[in-house]
Amino acid sequence: MNIVVLVKQVPDTYSERKLNPSDGVLDRDATDAVLDEINERAVEAALVLKEAGDGPGDESAVTVLTMGPDRATDAIRKALSMGADKAVHLSDEALGGSDAVQTARALAKAIGTVEGVDLVIAGNEASDGRAGAVPAMVADVLGLPALTHAREITVEGSQVTVKRETDEGITMLSAALPAVVSVGEKINEPRYPSFKGIMAAKKKPVATLSLADAGIDASDVGLANALTSVTSASPKPPKSAGEKVTDEGDGGSKIAAFLVSQKLI
Amino acid sequence: MAEVLVLVDHLEGEIKKSSYELLTAARTLGEPSAVVVGSAGTAAKLADGLREHGAEKIYVAETDSDEFLSPEVSVLASLIESASPAAVLIGVSADGKEIAGRLAVRTGSAWLNDVVALSGDGVTHSVFGGAYVAEAKANTEHPVITLRPGSVEIEPSPGAGAEQAVEVTSGGRSAAVTSREPIVGGDRPELTEASVVVSGGRGVGSADDFGVVEGLADTLGAAVGASRAAVDSGYYPHQFQVGQTGKTVSPQLYIALGISGAIQHRAGMQTSKTIIAVNKDAEAPIFEIADFGVVGDLFTVTPQLTDEIAKRKS
Ligand SMILES: Cc1cc2nc3c(=O)[nH]c(=O)nc-3n(C[C@H](O)[C@H](O)[C@H](O)COP(=O)(O)OP(=O)(O)OC[C@H]3O[C@@H](n4cnc5c(N)ncnc54)[C@H](O)[C@@H]3O)c2cc1C
Ligand SMILES: Nc1ncnc2c1ncn2[C@@H]1O[C@H](COP(=O)(O)O)[C@@H](O)[C@H]1O
Repeated sequence: MNIVVLVKQVPDTYSERKLNPSDGVLDRDATDAVLDEINERAVEAALVLKEAGDGPGDESAVTVLTMGPDRATDAIRKALSMGADKAVHLSDEALGGSDAVQTARALAKAIGTVEGVDLVIAGNEASDGRAGAVPAMVADVLGLPALTHAREITVEGSQVTVKRETDEGITMLSAALPAVVSVGEKINEPRYPSFKGIMAAKKKPVATLSLADAGIDASDVGLANALTSVTSASPKPPKSAGEKVTDEGDGGSKIAAFLVSQKLI
Repeated sequence: MAEVLVLVDHLEGEIKKSSYELLTAARTLGEPSAVVVGSAGTAAKLADGLREHGAEKIYVAETDSDEFLSPEVSVLASLIESASPAAVLIGVSADGKEIAGRLAVRTGSAWLNDVVALSGDGVTHSVFGGAYVAEAKANTEHPVITLRPGSVEIEPSPGAGAEQAVEVTSGGRSAAVTSREPIVGGDRPELTEASVVVSGGRGVGSADDFGVVEGLADTLGAAVGASRAAVDSGYYPHQFQVGQTGKTVSPQLYIALGISGAIQHRAGMQTSKTIIAVNKDAEAPIFEIADFGVVGDLFTVTPQLTDEIAKRKS
């Protein structure tokens, strides 16, 4: 089974995230960048499926695919060191500032460069953009079924089944391969790369694609051609600390008094 | 005036409050047309409420298809063709975002996601848990706008609500739904809609002890939330997680019990109007954004607070 995992490098949420005041785009230089936690789970899910050997074909390969700037190679290396076999990096300055629609279309093109894809696995929601829809959008462009927010994935022969879990409840979904699956937080615990894995990752093939390599028209991507534009972005003044008291047996009463003074009770 | 399509969110014919918020918001852009997608008989259950909230038209797309979210996408796509609406409004939820994204990419429409306010000029987003406010606009016709629940005050207003049947066509390959188990809400208000939220963190220490959090919540008529550490430790179910990877809440009052206030938790609650924190550790970062903080043990402070509130009520 041929699996493509969509991974994204995101600003580390432990550092403060900033919007660039001039164009309202995420300022990626302001923070450290890491492989999104949910994408580690997507890679883990692919490796588990590969190791189980279910699904079509005798051999399985896991290809990680990212669209992002040069430094996204760090995220690719992380995924390779976990055990993915190879990578595709769609990287072109013209892609900067693409919105969700443009991103989904570009990713669909890049997936098209990988031969014989049976399954695409993605995270359900990126921690930076939080669109929570790119996997389903990619599926729509490719004309494939989308099985999203998976808590469990089963592949039997050419059939994929997903237990989908959201705030609304649980839905069982099934489809014939090829298909797109997105994973939720509870799918698995991602493995740590071993020393051997880290060394091996350095030698694994990474294909870097330009727009032309992926067959993408420059007028379809990038900030200048985006379907949406941010017209202004401003930081909200942070909330400041109010009163702080130490409990001396009357802490609960003091909160009650505060709530009364604020007409909240 | 141009039509504005509103996708009605419902659970087997039972309306979700967010649908009425969408109908209210739609009136700022044009004439609201409700779009009902569901099994046979769904529209009959919803029509009166939709009319009371301003639906001038009700498009009825009833189908027994088991295709996952594809009927919604194809019905809206065909209505974009036939009605050329000023915009399509959908509520923010896992399903809503997926429908919106697919619709946008299929019809070449701009997608303005997670909007908290809208007008003829554009929309407002609240970014990184309220750390930024951004204004945005669409560069295409018929933009798809997903509105965050609780952003708009519902204003009833009568609409003609003329019903019109729409055919549901099967579009391309789709996942099939083989079974559904919706979560049925308890007696407490919905977390994202509640005006008061009481949340517990790792400091609560066990699932049993979450009773202390629930006790305070119930005297206040509040929703219960939890930090990710509390959820990961199995103290409280995942759907109540507040924060970057959970729900974003913005109630009048947020009470944090035994929560340190990590940046990812704050991202989901820092736009709350008033924040109260109880924590043993005087250095806990939650105090940096609390309007009133008590350094102390939640197991002594909380019951006293619950009693005081109960006394005032009786
Ligand atoms: C990618 C990513 C996404 C994340 N998303 C979220 C998210 O959506 N939501 C979220 O909440 N977190 C999220 N986190 C986790 C976050 O970083 C913190 O680990 C988490 O919020 C900590 O939860 P906590 O405050 O309950 O636990 P802790 O940080 O362990 O704090 C417990 C607090 O309880 C206090 N305490 C203990 N006993 C008592 C007592 N008896 N009385 C009073 N106080 C007491 C302690 O002093 C301490 O301050 C995310 C992390 C990452 C990396
Ligand atoms: N630029 C990108 N490159 C690769 N994968 C992406 C990209 N953007 C989104 N994805 C995938 O889509 C998932 C959901 O992202 P989103 O819909 O943006 O919240 C992510 O976890 C990734 O798996």
